[in-house]
Amino acid sequence: MKLTGGQILIKMIKAEGVDTIFGYPGGAVIDIYDALVKQNGLNHILVRHEQGAVHAADAYARANKSVGVALVTSGPGATNTVTGIASAHSDSIPLVVFTGQVPTALIGNDAFQEVDIVGITRPCTKHNYLIKNVDKLASTIKEAFHLARSGRPGPVLIDLPKDIMQAQIDFTEPKEISLKSYKPNYKPNKKQLNKVVDLIRRAKSPVIFAGGGVILSRASDQITRLAKMADIPVTASLMGLGAFPGSHPLWLGMLGMHGTYRANMSIGHCDLMIAAGVRFDDRVTGNIEKFAPEAKIVQIDIDPTSIHKNIEVQCPIVGDCKAALEGIIQLMEDKDTNDYKNDRKVWLDRIEEWKSTTPLRYEQDNVVIKPQFVIEKLYELTKGEAIITTEVGQNQMWAAQYYHFDKPNHFITSGGLGVMGFGLPAAIGAKAACPDKLVVDIAGDGSIQMNIQELMTAIESKIDVKIVILNNQYLGMVRQWQELFYDKVYSSTNMENAPDFVKLAEAYGAKGLRCTRPDEVESTLSEGLETEGTVVMEFAVDREESVYPMVPAGGAITEMLLV
Amino acid sequence: MKTNSYLLSILVDDEPGVLSRIAGLFSGRGFNIDSLSVASTVEPDVSRITMVTKCEPHIIEQIKKQLHKLINVITVNDLTDKKYVQRELALIKINARPEKKADILRIVDIFRCKIVDVGLSHYTIEVSGDSEKHDAIISLLNPMGIIEIASTGSIALARENGKK
Repeated sequence: MKLTGGQILIKMIKAEGVDTIFGYPGGAVIDIYDALVKQNGLNHILVRHEQGAVHAADAYARANKSVGVALVTSGPGATNTVTGIASAHSDSIPLVVFTGQVPTALIGNDAFQEVDIVGITRPCTKHNYLIKNVDKLASTIKEAFHLARSGRPGPVLIDLPKDIMQAQIDFTEPKEISLKSYKPNYKPNKKQLNKVVDLIRRAKSPVIFAGGGVILSRASDQITRLAKMADIPVTASLMGLGAFPGSHPLWLGMLGMHGTYRANMSIGHCDLMIAAGVRFDDRVTGNIEKFAPEAKIVQIDIDPTSIHKNIEVQCPIVGDCKAALEGIIQLMEDKDTNDYKNDRKVWLDRIEEWKSTTPLRYEQDNVVIKPQFVIEKLYELTKGEAIITTEVGQNQMWAAQYYHFDKPNHFITSGGLGVMGFGLPAAIGAKAACPDKLVVDIAGDGSIQMNIQELMTAIESKIDVKIVILNNQYLGMVRQWQELFYDKVYSSTNMENAPDFVKLAEAYGAKGLRCTRPDEVESTLSEGLETEGTVVMEFAVDREESVYPMVPAGGAITEMLLV
Repeated sequence: MKTNSYLLSILVDDEPGVLSRIAGLFSGRGFNIDSLSVASTVEPDVSRITMVTKCEPHIIEQIKKQLHKLINVITVNDLTDKKYVQRELALIKINARPEKKADILRIVDIFRCKIVDVGLSHYTIEVSGDSEKHDAIISLLNPMGIIEIASTGSIALARENGKK
């Protein structure tokens, strides 16, 4: 069967089980777009900016538990993907990004729309390729998907010169992938697992700390079972929210700079930490010297570089989180005597006291809307069932604190890189993956403007997303730092000059709603959520509300600024 | 904290961009490369990179793991605490004033080097050996007026049963 490079590309993407890709055409990829329109089975969503394509593919991957795909042209099309790729790299999200390239004969000649995207993205991809021979195309695509989804997942980029996409060859199925230099270790060491069981049985004040790796390895069930069987309270990083049910009594809330009082205090006083799929980011640890000073730390991670990178651990386990946790549970079941459980009561009582004396709190009066109140109402109205995407800043932290995620893959946020403008394209990607789910982007007035053009994508593709803008007319998180640490000098954070978001929504063909009074929050949300189609709901919130608790950068996580 | 010198022997896919991936890893993470040597091996499509890096002891573990994480890196062998043979090659161009020629030839003889180029006013000497030998001969030749030096990085192979 004779196929062109473009046709092979589409065939190979379909073979990986991907049904929707996100992209934007251009000169170098016209041949692919020509092949795309002449086939069935692979849906293409036309974004309005290439950055949006990558964020949408990222969220598609997370919501769908599969690999996200973006397709863009050479030069500026390719460079516009870099932020999205770097974000996916930080969060270990499986993506394959296809970029057009000038014809092979022109590479290196500074041709029109030529850029060395393989060179540019080397540090922010798991791996990348430039295809120079059409015979290698199919096998390279297969290898790219394999790399993206296996081991510690991540983004892989393939650069496709125009002549390779035009070339015709007899297509043959590529062989199974076997790389001599890449064999991730999934199976944990049994001796280490036994050690963990021992540690659990001797611990008086243990904590489980779940990260994004738990969600990636689909180990939420194992985390939950382990926590319940041994009465171990659970906290999570931003990326780990949903790994353990947010409504369960053993749930401590999020850990870190804006973690709950009880989560941070628990880490400060625990004698055993079981860390699964985390990389001990500085936003979680604060001052490393004062992070879990009394604890023995067990760290489970598929990536050996995560271990001993930021934190010295006493019991490292290299392997798949799910396999490791399952192994621990099996061993516990075999020899559990429950004799340690009496000690737990003291610990859990202590945590309960932290919770009751210092819960998350804000005060809603009847004059000005508090942003936290909007999210609590959203949580109630959606019964916690919505997929939530966020932008970055205060909106993201309040979403993390007040929308109590019960299930994995329901909170989609740019955690590691912290990309403003992530939420709207991510909502589109998540909705494309899960059309039956309600998808809500929790946004700020600053970050929504960074990729606002994707409203057109949602309208055109009839992908209905709901956007909640918490409008405080500030870049709120930076303003908060300026208030606390820069003598209230609000340099360049005032956003009073903003578009009319309701009119803007209408200009794109979406519905726009504005709410300025606390007693109308619920009815505005209800109307917005019940209205078919894409809806922008703008809430004029308290301008100077801050996110608390807060650990000042570099401080010990137990030393929090409270309201 | 004190830094040590480590000798790594790294097998990699012989593909364009592999060296850039390694160099990028070092610059991006703030590691140092002291010397670097790249050449093909008997296996087609496989190259050997021999690298000397100076760092604190806990950093070398990260370096090795990060190197191994690169898809094109096949093996990372830390020779530092093993038995190995190590060589560097240097070409040293030196002033050969008549009254010093005999001294130079004697040093060349003692160090078992070769003179590979002779001009009216200079000799070029080829030195091969470990880095101590290089340091020693350079310190002896220096007073006579070294004009320029070109040298390779270390290359090394583990000895049979190469554990100490």
